[in-house]
Amino acid sequence: MGATLLAVFASLAAASDNDEERASRIPRPAEAKPLGDHCVEDTEYMKRNHMKLILHERTLTVHEGIRTKKYSLKNCIYCHATPTKENPAVRSVLGDGHFCQSCHAYNAVKVDCFECHSSKPSREAPLPLARPLSTSASDSLPQQASLNQKTAQATTQVGAAK
Amino acid sequence: MSFDHYRRNFLGGVLAAGGTAVLPGVLFYEIAHGRSPEEGVTSRNRWGLLIDSTQCAAGCDACVTACSTENGWAMKTGPQDPQWIRKVELTNRSTGQKHNLPLMCQHCEHPPCVDVCPTGASFKRADGIVLVDRHICIGCRYCMMACPYKARSLVHEDLRDTQLASVPRGKGCVESCTLCVQKIDAGDNTTACAEACKSEGHQAILFGDLNDPASEIARKLAQFSSREIRADLELNTGVRYQGI
Repeated sequence: MGATLLAVFASLAAASDNDEERASRIPRPAEAKPLGDHCVEDTEYMKRNHMKLILHERTLTVHEGIRTKKYSLKNCIYCHATPTKENPAVRSVLGDGHFCQSCHAYNAVKVDCFECHSSKPSREAPLPLARPLSTSASDSLPQQASLNQKTAQATTQVGAAK
Repeated sequence: MSFDHYRRNFLGGVLAAGGTAVLPGVLFYEIAHGRSPEEGVTSRNRWGLLIDSTQCAAGCDACVTACSTENGWAMKTGPQDPQWIRKVELTNRSTGQKHNLPLMCQHCEHPPCVDVCPTGASFKRADGIVLVDRHICIGCRYCMMACPYKARSLVHEDLRDTQLASVPRGKGCVESCTLCVQKIDAGDNTTACAEACKSEGHQAILFGDLNDPASEIARKLAQFSSREIRADLELNTGVRYQGI
């Protein structure tokens, strides 16, 4: 009996020693770096409520033609899409390690927006809530080569234009 | 006439003239600036098309191609592929005279597709555009059966993320011409088909606001005779045809 308890304690102690190793085995959502500095709302608020914002917006957009930029899905995708492995010039929010899918996979929640909506940013969509990423009014899709540089330059906060 | 009376009449005349000058000014402002993104659509506008079949060239499918490019549906290759707009050739059997015209959703004032929709997915926007809310559509296809113009299609297959960002579309939903609603909301005041027809030099498709008496489409409708297809159904379509 004593030996068994000792073995259990020993294994617990070993486990606590290996916390870091154990943490690395738990799948975590990938840190897909967005374009802007921060989101239209606090991260904690967005984690819990992004679906409500999108749901509210969708009815207004489809039925009443109100296409405000702040909570639009297009804007979410524009900032959060990250370069794909197959073609770094193409950005997406879907796929392993990409923003939407990795977090939804971690939480075991199906994301069905992209059965109809494109997971790739619109070519013509600028970043309306932030200062343009480059000095020239470039509306084209940022290319991977200049993406990181542009991200570093994007000093304007995304929520600043409230 | 006393001096005061004369002055009062004069001032009244000046104010009346000023009033008429300001009113068109306000209207021009509204047309030029459209509505703001926060403002919803209203029934002040009713968007529509006037199609002059005498200007529509045989064999030209510029409008169909432009619609496909603008809205991201692949050109129809099989019987079940979605098709938002198609070219139709009509032949008068007795005289042999041929007409060409594009046919698409007619954006009826009293749309049968909206009447039959069991979920409310098929709806008419305040500005007269008949749309499908794909969030609500269950793909039952009642609306396809109800439409007298055969204007609607069901997306049968997964589109594999080939949709355009401005035009969400998906498997299991019915779709049809949206009058390029994304362009209208952006204030473009035109449709892909009308632009393409114009750039081809045919000018058979005219887009505009039927409710605005100053618009070209309203002036043409007032000036020339035009027809609705299946006018007997009294649907008051937003798409009108000349020369048929």
